[in-house]
Formats: sequence, structure tokens, C-alpha cells
Amino acid sequence: MELILGFLTGLFWGYIFQRARILRFEKHIGLLTLKDLTILKFLLTGVIVGSFGVNLLAHFGVIDYAVKPTHALANMLGGVIYGLGWALLGYCPGTTGGALAEGALDGLAGLLGGVFGAIVFAHTYDFWRVHVLPVGALGKVTIPSLLGVSPVLVGLIFSLMLLLFCVFLEKKGL
Amino acid sequence: MRNGWSPYLGGFLTGLLLVVSVVVTQKFLGKPHYLGTSTAYVRVGGLLEKAFSKAPEPLTYYQKYRPRVDWKVTLVFFGVPLGAFLAAVKNREFNLHLIPERWKESFGERPFLRVLTSFLGGFLIVYGARLAGGCPSGHGLSGMSQLSLSGFITVAGFFIGGIPLALILYRRRR
Repeated sequence: MELILGFLTGLFWGYIFQRARILRFEKHIGLLTLKDLTILKFLLTGVIVGSFGVNLLAHFGVIDYAVKPTHALANMLGGVIYGLGWALLGYCPGTTGGALAEGALDGLAGLLGGVFGAIVFAHTYDFWRVHVLPVGALGKVTIPSLLGVSPVLVGLIFSLMLLLFCVFLEKKGL
Repeated sequence: MRNGWSPYLGGFLTGLLLVVSVVVTQKFLGKPHYLGTSTAYVRVGGLLEKAFSKAPEPLTYYQKYRPRVDWKVTLVFFGVPLGAFLAAVKNREFNLHLIPERWKESFGERPFLRVLTSFLGGFLIVYGARLAGGCPSGHGLSGMSQLSLSGFITVAGFFIGGIPLALILYRRRR
């Protein structure tokens, strides 16, 4: 059941990725060189729907949150390392396999590099766990929990802000 | 719509997919599975290590993420590629190539260099994502949708690392 659900979710997602051009090297590099905001628009629209839907459904007890704990230094450092790799590869962990399936053979090297990266991380995890993860370890905090405001309210406001930002992008022709 | 879907449509559908997936997994698997991809690489890396070494040392990280085929493995390594492949074939966009056009504009026909940068890029995105605790799906889409502080810090890191390097790497056009 678990495996079939994962497979089906991926099937839909891969189809969406391909149709919306999210698998393309050009689009990722276009975003990082600030020339083409396709990927950003895609991600922000996903968050608009996600933030609205997730916080509303959690509010009514339909679903639980699964918030990742904050380790401020590791989050930032890992994010920057990711960013360097992103500029080199031009795909992301979820889309590399899809890019390969669209015919981009360099995606295969990216996938192999990714698996190797995971293995090396597993072998170096203890170093990070001892020296870096404790720095800025705040636990499973969210913006609403920090502000002491209801998540459903913050989620709605956040969705609206992103929506306005997308409208602004379109008005400016970006 | 010429040349695929609008990123807003793709992002909207991705947001819906996130919400539906969380509701469905909460109902059928007992706990919510938010979209994310980078731990799939850890599972596969762990499985490979298990297959190739006689007595795998019990690494802390593999105790946290046991080497097995799980929801994300079928999503990332089977679902997304097949969905992307079907979309590409159906729309006659399957295009076998090793070097992306945009990469060629900056670096020319250098297949070995492209394979090397892809491998290195793949390594860094997964290594960085594991250090940060997630990728643009786990921290970006799912994390920001839950208004998680870790998501916002990590996504900022992606761009802080990626934009300067991409601006340097792809500045030159032939």
C-alpha cells in the first residue's frame, strides 16, 4: 500500500513536472541567473495552495503536521551546499530522475552523484550531529508558534501574500 | 497553451497533490507523508552499501533512516521518472541528449566536463539537502506550507549558494 501510494504520487508529480517545464536545465539555471522565474512561480503556487490547505485541514483535525526541527546552522549551511550543487547540476533531487526520463542523460550522472552524496553523508553524519546540529537547535518551531498566533490565520495571510507577489510578477512581466 | 503548461497551473496541481497526499497517507498509512525526495537517496545508498559490504557497520544515520524501499523511493525513482516519460512521449518531447543547450552556450561541447559537473552537482545537492534536513520539496514545498522556520532558513540558503555561483558559471555565453 505504502509503495503503491508513493509510486502513484510520483506518477502524477512527474507528469506535472514535465508539462510545467520543471525538469529543464534551462529553467533551473534561468532562475539562478535571475532570467526566468518559471521554477519560482511553480514553487510559490504550490506553497499558496499547500499553506492554505494544510493549515486549514490541520485546524479541523483532518491531518497532522510533520514539522522538521530547526537546526539553524545546519539548515543554512546545508542549504548553501545544496545551492552550489544546484548551480552545477541544474536539476533538483526530485526532478533529476524525471529529467533523465525526458532524455537528459546528464541526469544519470546527477542521480549517481546523489546516491554517492547520501552514502558519504551517512558516514560523516556523526561529525555534523556533534558539532553543527546543536547550533541554533530550536526544535519543531513554526512561524505561528514563534508569533503565538493561530496557524490557520498565518497560513491564510502567507498564502495571500504569495498570491499578491505572483500578481506583481505578472504585472511587471517577469 | 503553447509549449506546455503555465508554471502557475503546475504549481497549483502540485499544491493539491501535496494536500491530497497528506490526507490519503494520514488515513491509510496512519501518519502523514509530506512530499519530499532527498531521503530516498539515503535509503538507496544504504541498500547499496548493504548489498556490497559483508558486515555493514551500524551507522547512526542508517539507524535513523533504515535501508529499505519506502514511499519516497517508489515516488522518486519510479513514479516521477515514469510520469515524466509518459508526459514527454505523449507530447512528442522526448529528446535524448547529454549536454543541455544552455550549458553548451557557456561551456561548449565537452561531454566529460558535463558528466563531471553533473555528478559533483548531484553529490552536493543530496549532501547539502541531508545536512539541511530536506530539499526544495521537503523544506520548500512541504516545510513552507507548514510555516516551518527550518523551511524558510533552508530555502534562503539554496539561493544564497546557488545564485552567485550560477551568475559566475553561466555569465559567459559563446
